[in-house]
Parts: sequence; C-alpha cells; structure tokens
Amino acid sequence: MSTYEHATGAPCTADTADDLAEQDLYASWEISRRSFLVSAAAVGTSAAAGMAHAESSAHPKVAEAHTMPMELRINGETHRLTLDTRTTLLDTLREHLHLTGSKKGCDHGQCGACTVLVDGRRVNSCLLLAASAMGSEITTIEGLSNGDDLHPAQESFLEHDAFQCGYCTPGQICSTVALMDELKRGDASVVSFESGHREGVPPLTDEEIRERMSGNLCRCGAYPNIVAAVRAVTKGAGA
Amino acid sequence: MNPFAYERVMDDKAAVHAIAANKDAKFLGGGTNLIDLMKDNVEHPSTLIDITRVQGLAEVSNGGAMIGALVRNSDLANHADVRKNYPLLSMALLSGASPQLRNLATTGGNLMQRTRCYYFMDTAFPACNKRKPGSGCAALTGFNRIHAILGQSEECIATNPSDMNVALAALQAEVHVEGPKGKRTIPIAEFHRLPGKTPQIDTTLKHEELITHVALPSSASEFATHSYYLKVRDRQSYAFALVSVAAGLMMEGDTIKRAALAMGGVAHKPWRKKEAEDAMVGKQANAQTFSAAAEILLHGAKGYEHNSFKIEMAKNSVVRAFSLALVGRTA
Amino acid sequence: MMQDASTPTQHPQSLPTRYDARQKVMGKATYAAEFNPPETLYAWMIQSTIPKGTILSVDTSAAEHASGVVKVLTCFNAPKLPKPKIQPPATRFVSLLQTPEVHYNGEPIGLVIAKTLAEAQYASSLVTFKYQAEKPQLDFEHHLAEARMPKRANTPPKEDHGEKEEAWKRAVTVFEQTYSTPFQTHNPLEPHATVAFWVGEKLTVYNSTQYVSGDKQTLAKTFALPLENVHVICPYVGGGFGCKGSSWSHVPLAAMAAKVVGKPVKLVLDRQQMFGPVGYRPRTVQKIKLGVDGDGKFVAIKHDVIMSTARVEDFVEPSAKQTDMLYACKNISTSHKMVDMDIGVGTFQRAPGEASGTPALESALDELAYKLKMDPLELRLRNYAEIDPGKQKRFTAKHLREAYQQAAERFGWSKLNPEPGSMRDGNKLIGWGMATATYPANRSAAGAVLRLMPDGKIMVGSGTQDIGTGTYTVMAQTVVEELGVDVSRVDAKLGDTDLPKAPVSGGSQSTASVGPAVKAACAQLKLKLATLVVDDAASPHHGAQTGDLEIKDGFLVSTKSSAHEPIAEIAKRHGEIEVKGEAEPNEDVKKGMSAHSWGAVFAEVEVDESSGMVKVRRVVATYDIGRLINKTTGTNQLQGGIVWGIGFALHEESALDKVYGRISNENLAEYHVPVNRDVPEIDVTVLDIPDTKFTPQGGRGIGEIGITGVAGAIANAVFHATGKRIRHFPITPDKVLMTPKESAEA
Repeated sequence: MSTYEHATGAPCTADTADDLAEQDLYASWEISRRSFLVSAAAVGTSAAAGMAHAESSAHPKVAEAHTMPMELRINGETHRLTLDTRTTLLDTLREHLHLTGSKKGCDHGQCGACTVLVDGRRVNSCLLLAASAMGSEITTIEGLSNGDDLHPAQESFLEHDAFQCGYCTPGQICSTVALMDELKRGDASVVSFESGHREGVPPLTDEEIRERMSGNLCRCGAYPNIVAAVRAVTKGAGA
Repeated sequence: MNPFAYERVMDDKAAVHAIAANKDAKFLGGGTNLIDLMKDNVEHPSTLIDITRVQGLAEVSNGGAMIGALVRNSDLANHADVRKNYPLLSMALLSGASPQLRNLATTGGNLMQRTRCYYFMDTAFPACNKRKPGSGCAALTGFNRIHAILGQSEECIATNPSDMNVALAALQAEVHVEGPKGKRTIPIAEFHRLPGKTPQIDTTLKHEELITHVALPSSASEFATHSYYLKVRDRQSYAFALVSVAAGLMMEGDTIKRAALAMGGVAHKPWRKKEAEDAMVGKQANAQTFSAAAEILLHGAKGYEHNSFKIEMAKNSVVRAFSLALVGRTA
Repeated sequence: MMQDASTPTQHPQSLPTRYDARQKVMGKATYAAEFNPPETLYAWMIQSTIPKGTILSVDTSAAEHASGVVKVLTCFNAPKLPKPKIQPPATRFVSLLQTPEVHYNGEPIGLVIAKTLAEAQYASSLVTFKYQAEKPQLDFEHHLAEARMPKRANTPPKEDHGEKEEAWKRAVTVFEQTYSTPFQTHNPLEPHATVAFWVGEKLTVYNSTQYVSGDKQTLAKTFALPLENVHVICPYVGGGFGCKGSSWSHVPLAAMAAKVVGKPVKLVLDRQQMFGPVGYRPRTVQKIKLGVDGDGKFVAIKHDVIMSTARVEDFVEPSAKQTDMLYACKNISTSHKMVDMDIGVGTFQRAPGEASGTPALESALDELAYKLKMDPLELRLRNYAEIDPGKQKRFTAKHLREAYQQAAERFGWSKLNPEPGSMRDGNKLIGWGMATATYPANRSAAGAVLRLMPDGKIMVGSGTQDIGTGTYTVMAQTVVEELGVDVSRVDAKLGDTDLPKAPVSGGSQSTASVGPAVKAACAQLKLKLATLVVDDAASPHHGAQTGDLEIKDGFLVSTKSSAHEPIAEIAKRHGEIEVKGEAEPNEDVKKGMSAHSWGAVFAEVEVDESSGMVKVRRVVATYDIGRLINKTTGTNQLQGGIVWGIGFALHEESALDKVYGRISNENLAEYHVPVNRDVPEIDVTVLDIPDTKFTPQGGRGIGEIGITGVAGAIANAVFHATGKRIRHFPITPDKVLMTPKESAEA
C-alpha cells in the first residue's frame, strides 16, 4: 500500500529506505565518479580554447554582439553600465544590478510578474529593452518602501495575506500602485464600459479591481485576497 | 534573440532615413510584439530603430480623430475625446492585453501586430509559410482552434490578433505613413492583407515607411451613442479573442441610418463587408436585421477540425454585439 | 462541535500574518535563480524538435563562435555518467546528454554555457542537429483499445471488491457514461531554476524544488558522490504544484555544466520549456458505471480509467482512486490502464488522481441524480460512507455530513429549482451545482532542530520546503505556541539539506509531518533546559526536579513553586543550546485506519447564451480537514485550490500537436490559467474539528483537497444553467455552444 500512496505524490518513503542500500553502491561507483570528474575536466579544457577563438574570429552564420554604455535611473539612483543591446530591463535588474525583486515568470509579457513602474506607469519589464528605458525613471518593488516603512500597497498585501508563494507579489504590488494613480486620473477599464460607465470616473467595484489586476497572474490563486488588499488600499477611490 | 544594433531617433525624418538605409532594420515602438518574437527567434532584425521618442507622434488631436502612431494604447483608450467620440475604439483597446501591455504598446505597433498562430510563433515547428515561405502550414492539420474561417488560403490560416484593428476597420480609419518619397494614406481595409500565396507579408506598408498617424473620419463619431466591442474568449480577461465584433449603429428613431461592423479572430485581417453594413440601413434595429447582416458577413466561412464552432459563434456574436450597441449609453 | 472558521475558539491565531510576508512584499525573498555566486555563467537548454529518432550529428561551430560562449555540450561530448535507477518522486527519467536517442519533442539534447543569458540563448539557436526520425505515436484517442496495465509496481492495482458482475443484476437503475480530461501543465509562476557550483568534489546547488533531500539524493546518485558531498539550498519556491517534486534533467545538467566549465552555472527554464521536459498531468478517458437500488443506494460502481503515458516511464494519474472510498457500496471495481505515447513523462500535479477523477465521478453522480429525479445532495447523503468501503477500515475522522450541511446552508441550496435553464439574468443562464471534495491525509517521518541562542533568539529548522503553503509560518507558530515566546524571537529556517530531513512538499503532508517534528523538538528543549538548570547554581531552579519544570511564556517555570527564569538567561550562561526532534505517523495510521480530508463544494455559474462563455459567480465550500492549524495560510490555500478547480473546469488544456508531438499552446498567453477576473467571491469555511488520531496537533493536509470536486460542481452548474452536459474538460465556450441539450432530462 505504501508504494501505491507513493504514486499519488504523497509519502515518499522510498529514499529513506534506500539510503543505506545506495550508500553501498557508491563504493562501486567510485570509478564512475572518477570518470565523470576526469572527463568533465577534459571537456572543460577544450572549452577554454574554444572561447579564445570565439572572441577573435568570425563565422558566417554568427551575428556580432553589440554592447553600449547605458545610464539608467532606478529607484532614484543613476546606474551606469555597459550592456549587450539585447538586455531587457528585467534582466538588467535581475542579472546585472541584482535587484531581484522584479520576477521573471514568462519573459513574454504574459504573466505580469516583471511589472515595474516606468515614469510612474506599470509596464512589463521583460519586453522593454534596457536601452529603450534610458531617460525614464524606473521604480521597482525595492523602491516602493522607505527603509522598513512599507508602501501602503505593500502593507495592504501583507495584512490581507494576498499571496502564497510570493513570486507574483512584487508585480502585483507595482500594479496596485499604478492602479491607484490610474484611478486618480479617472482611467476606464473594459468593465467600466460593460457596466455603462463610458465617461467620467467609474466606481471601483470588485469587478473593476479584478479586471484591472488581470494582467498579473497568481498561479497560487490568491486572487480573493489580492482583491481584498487592493480594495482596502484604494478605499474611497473611484466614483 | 539575435544580436542587433540599437539606435534612437528623435524625429520622423531621421526614422525614415534610418530604416531606408537598412533592409534588415526594424522600428521599435512599445516592443510588446517585436521583442516577444525576437525572443522566440521568429524576428531577427540587424538593427532596431527606437522611435518611441520621436517628436510629435504621441498626441491625439482633432477631437480624437487624429491619433499619433506613438500614442500608447492605454492613453488612446482613455483620451477624453476618444472615450466621448469613439468609444468603440476605447472599448476595443481596453478589451485587449493587460494594463501593463497597453502602457507599452503603441497605435502603430498594434497595427503591425503579428499573428498568434502557434505554428508561426514556435520555430521548432518546421512548417509555417508565414515564417518560412514554402515550408507549408502545420496549422492545417494541427491544433487549429484559434485559426481563420474567412479569407484564408491553403498557404496560411492565421488570424490577426488585434482588437484595436477591428474597431479601426469598423470605423473606417486611414493609416498615414511617411516614406523617403513623401507621405501617403492607406485606408485600413487595404492596410492588412489576406494571406493568399504570400502569407509572409502581413500589410501593405513598405519597409522604408513609417506609420505617423491613424485618422478617423469625423463621421465615425456618429456611432458614439450606439457602439459596442464584444470579445468572446476563453477567459474573462487577458486572452486573445476567439471571435470579436466591433458594432456601431447610427439610429433615427427605431430605424438604422448607418451601421459599422467588423470582426476579429476570424481572418488574417479585420473582417468587414460593406454589403453587410448596407443591408442594415433603413431596417428596424432587431435581431432579424442583425442576423441577416451576420449571414452576409460570414458568407463563405469555412472551418477546420478544431474551429468550425467559430461560424456559429461569430453569427451569434454579431447579433449580440448590435443588441448591446443599441442599448448604448443608457445601459 | 461544528463551528465557523471565522470564529476559531480552540486556538488563538498566534501568527496573525504569514511568517515570510514581509520579505515577500518587499521583494526580498530570494528564489533559486536569484543566487549569484561570483563569476556565474549562464546555461541554456537546447531541446529536440522531433518526437522520436536518433541524433546523427550536430554542428556547434557557429555557436562556438558566438560571443560569450564558453561551452556547448551535446551527447557527443558530454561527460559520461552512471545511469541511476528511476525512483519517483525524486529520480525520474531524465535526459543528461548520454545518448543520441530522442524520446520526445522538447527533450533536452544540448546545453550552451555562456557569459550572459542573452548570449547563451542566442548561441543555442545556432546549434543544428541532424536526426534520423522515426514514426512517433502521438494519437491518444485512436489507441485506447491498445491500453495496457501499468508496468511499475508502485501503481494502483486493479481494485475489485465484492461480488462483481452479479451485483449489477440487482440494480434498479444503471447509469453509464464516459468523461475525459486533458493534458494539463503545472506552470508555477517561477520557472524551474538551478544554480550549481563545485568546490573540489563537493557540489552546492540552489534549486527551485519541493524536495531538497530528493535533489540531494538524485545528484549524489547521478554523479556517484557520497551523499554528504551534495548540498541543496532552497529558501523560497515560486510555486510547485508537483512539478518541482522531482529532479528533472536541468538539475543534474546544471551541475554537469558547472563541473565542465569550472565555474558556477545558472540554468533557468523559460516558460516554453515548462511544457514537456518537467512533467504534466496525463490525459484521461474515464468510463463510469453506477448501479442503484430502488432507494438510490449504490449496489455497484465501476470506474475504468485509460490515460496517456510516456513510453520511457509510466506515471499513473490514479483518477479512480477516490471511487474506492468515497461512497458506500459493496461492489466497487476500479482500473487504470495506459496508452504508450512518444511524449515526455507525466507527473504529480496538484491532487494527482482526485483532481481528474472527482470531476468525472461527481458529474456522473449528478447525471444519475437527474435520472432518479433526486436532489444531487440527497443522493450523496444516501450513499454516505461511514467506513472506507474499499479498505473496509474506519476513518481517523469524518465529518463530511456536517460539511455538506454547512456549505448547503451558506449557499442557499434548499432554494434549488432543479429544472435546467430555470434561472436567467438577461442573456445569462444561471446554474447551480455541487460536488464532494476529498483527498487522502498523508504524513511522513520528519525531523527538526531547535537552537536557543544566548541572545534569546530561537532558530527552528527543518529540511522541508515552503512552496507558498505556509511551512515557515507553521514552524514558527509551533515554536510560539509550545514555548510561549514572541514570534520576533523565532528564526525559522528550511529548504536546506544541512537541516534535519523532511519529506517532499507533496501529497498535502508538510504541515502534518513537520509540525509534529517541531513540537517534538520543543519538548526536547524543555527536557534539555530542565536538565541543565537543576545542576546550575546560578539558576532559581537549582536543585529542583526536572519533572517539575516546564516552559511557559518564554520562561522555564516550576509547577511546584513560583521559581521562574527566562529561557534566554539559561542560554546566556550555557551558550547555544541545540536539540533535535523527530516525529513519524501515529500508530493508528500505521495500523491502517483510513485517513482522508473531506469537503462539500457548491458553485453558481452564469453562461452567456450567445457565446457560450462561462463565468463562475460564486463558490461556497466547507471542509473537514481536522484542525485548521493556521487560518490565514490555510484558508488562502483552500481558496487557491478552488481557483485551480476553476481552471480545471473552464480553462486549462495543453494541446498536443498530433503530427509533431509538441504542446502547441506552450505559453501563458494560450495555456489559460485563471486570471483575477475569472475568480469570484469564494466562501471557504472549515469545520475545524481536530483529528488527533492522525497527528497530535490534529491537522490534516489542505494543499490539494481544494482543487477536488470543484470542476465537477462547475460542470454540474453548467448543466443546470443550460441543460447541456459537457463531459470533456475544459468547458470552453465552443463546447458550450456546440453541445446539444440533453433530451431525456431537460
């Protein structure tokens, strides 16, 4: 029966039972280990040579990389760095500046985990080239709080437990911050139109919140709490 | 993504000059589709000419009738004059993508948006005439649920995924472009192509041309009171249309004086037939009239293994969209 | 006995917010791909573009000339490895560049290592493979007749209880119908990610995983290393849902690459790579036959499942499993068979079995109820199982009847007009449906460590994982409750193989396994402190009996006198104090009592008459999951499970191309998971009746039960709204539009 349960994704007793038996195998695998480590080293040596000529010679099928010096304004600071033109704002933040609060969920503008504010507007940083972001003011989740003082949107997400794994959370919060500004401007959503509010400032119903937050997927399904968090922090906004 | 040179231009002349000088260059606007496709290795320009800071193309003027090509989708949708005079366009824009994407995407870029056909977007599929002319069409025998039922060819059954384009087609917009030899205007109906034997070509825009504006006829504001953009999709938001309908009515009492009708999700371009609109003129605004227009619009529709449902869905949606348009502002 | 979860009385909420909430809202929670050891290089996985065949040759010259490229690895130059045996969940069929054979489209067949991510990705597009292609088997529907029994031993046996065929003769009404469920892909928002580096023969891996010690074991086996040479670290996981319970190809590949280049290597899958090489929920076709007597009581039940499987490794989605135990019946027969296909390996996906089985079974019950002209809830109550009918064993606890009653009341089920199409709102048809939810309660052995520091902080650690499920919170909460200290003094650590071993975060077992281990460690701490102070002249407890001392509100207090001393003071004098605790399943469970969680789910939908679009308007669910250990995280997770149920019902399907064997909609724009606007108000309540036969804390797992039943309730509501019975999930607008109304019932 235990093996059956095992197939359901439940208790995994196999490893505990097998650990000792496996240990016995290691002695006979000593040769395997040696051969892996030696052959890995051998493959690695040839790599160094390959790399040396890669940088100096051309190949008809290979396009040359372009780098350029960039100046980016992020969370009020100026960052100067030289980047491959292909680098997106998201990869710049995560891989070059180690501002890893902005998340990569799909890298194609289909999940919203990478949402940051560019000149105060929410955008998918995975589809925006760093080069194109030059000259703009960028705000990431790291720039929303002031030391230990949380932004009201962060506070509201915390209080409403508006997440589980937390991976979509920075994007959700950046989206919420932008949503608050959009409401101040009286921006409409398709729900405003569907519910007959074509002009003026639409009332912020839960359905409005849901539509306006639909660009941020939460695979854990914490949507009811996200709506509660947004509702609380936007209280009084809308018509 | 292949390596590319990046340059930023600040005015339309420089943009046209730069693109004319390099047949492998592409304009970069919001990047929501181009960067996406570059990441998928579907597009591989040698140079990106960033036009997002080009002066003078990010304004909406003339009561919403003159739209700069660099106006972001969210700004266009929320422009007070557009909401008032062309609510059909606002509604279509707000039905598409997400707030984040609409903040990036531009009017010109949306016009140039390429298909979502799975077989086009994934280079691991060997057969796609649009991506690799002459390689075949994997969608014909594949999972063709999102594909075209009208205007398709044996070479390509892809659809145009834009919502904005459908509204522009219904409102009979014009696309203003500028090239090395000067400016010209392309009616929206002629801007997007049917696939025919050359599905790799989406539009009639020439490589060396820059879209500068989209103009709406002022008469299109006559539909402001009675218009609706209906989008049928697999989830309630942030999904491409299975079918969509841009519907506008100009009423005189209970009688239809003018009608605007275009569909999305059914063809390689927004699907509009003047005959369908004309058939409604002078008729009572009722289900029978709407249904007759739908029959004309859908005439000749042909489904495949997974998308035959679109024919009935499209007809129903035309009727429904006009019913909602009729209710109009009093909703 | 029964109570609303909104007013818990048995236990105060000791942790009002999630332990790791602050890190998460500040963007400071660090996930695997966010570790950057110095000089980290980037790897990109190259995948096959044919479903079956052999790689004849590869041209890597262009890639090797591309800027930043350090190494290209394929089956022609990769270091050779021993072949570990497949041992789920940790060790699966993986592709480690050891053979030129291609087993499925999207199989990892190469690796490019470069200085930047952009360079690695571009160079991978320059590598060209020549294949000898073979004809693949990619058609599930047309090969059902060839379905075979599962090969592996650890798969559900064919269950047959009772007198079998004769029983059907006694049935007054027999109902038989076929249902199907699609391929589904987990799609946690954080893609799989591994950062690996070596120091000599010691391997360190940051990995996004549901099972650090499983990864450790797989890596040790793959590279023939002693277990202690492998260190796996994973403080945060951006969702798993089953796909991160196994070490798929990319995990050893990252380690292999790091060894080859002699530098740390980061290998992150992109979204497209999440469809195929890292598991999915198999397709199923399920035939259900129900026989009832004149009172609507089951005399026989039969549930036969045929599912897809990869040719290279069987994975059984045990969709008929709940049918063996959910309703009282003396003659239950279930079976699982498989159709071989040239596709990647399927795996555990949230509630494997029940998630795909309950939609079928609960739809069938609804259909039968209509046939009998009986309230669907009444049919379930008439067949209420007081004992596990399959195992013929008592349940550790079961309060499903109360759950039905509470959820039905909150929903307003008594106002049901069963006539399909009887409710309307404009052009929207409104429908109500209900279903039963169930999932087994699992628990495994687990360990925990406690360290009382001289500064008064208490570190609590366990080699478990928090995949968004609240494990940090439960660990910290247990320390707070047991020792009476403020949460600010608790430092919870997990996701590290240097900590005591704990099971995979799967099967809804983490809280039930790790909670008791932490509790045991707390008991050990009391014992240790008491032993220290009775011999300590500086303590007020000097000379006392250890048995008279206990920990209360952060003090070691005497039950015999007013003597008390802050526990921090003891550590100040004696230095850091470390204790360990272990816990394993109770005797009752070991002896084979049946342990399950239960729930009742009610849904209201609206169906757009012209488009066929379905919108869920509300869901009301009440669960019997034993004690609700933490209301905040527990309720959230149950709601999340319901959201998955909505996705199962209406959206999710990985569409396999029958010619090429790739998932055609392999991205998050076309593989639809529910967005915010798809999710209505969800009313979740929990009976909160402790099941102390199962664990000393009385809680059973809640991670998976939420998804079960929901799709059935929604499908039943769609029928009630439209008179259309859609038996093939997901219920997309096209199916609603094109399916004719049921003639008999309508």
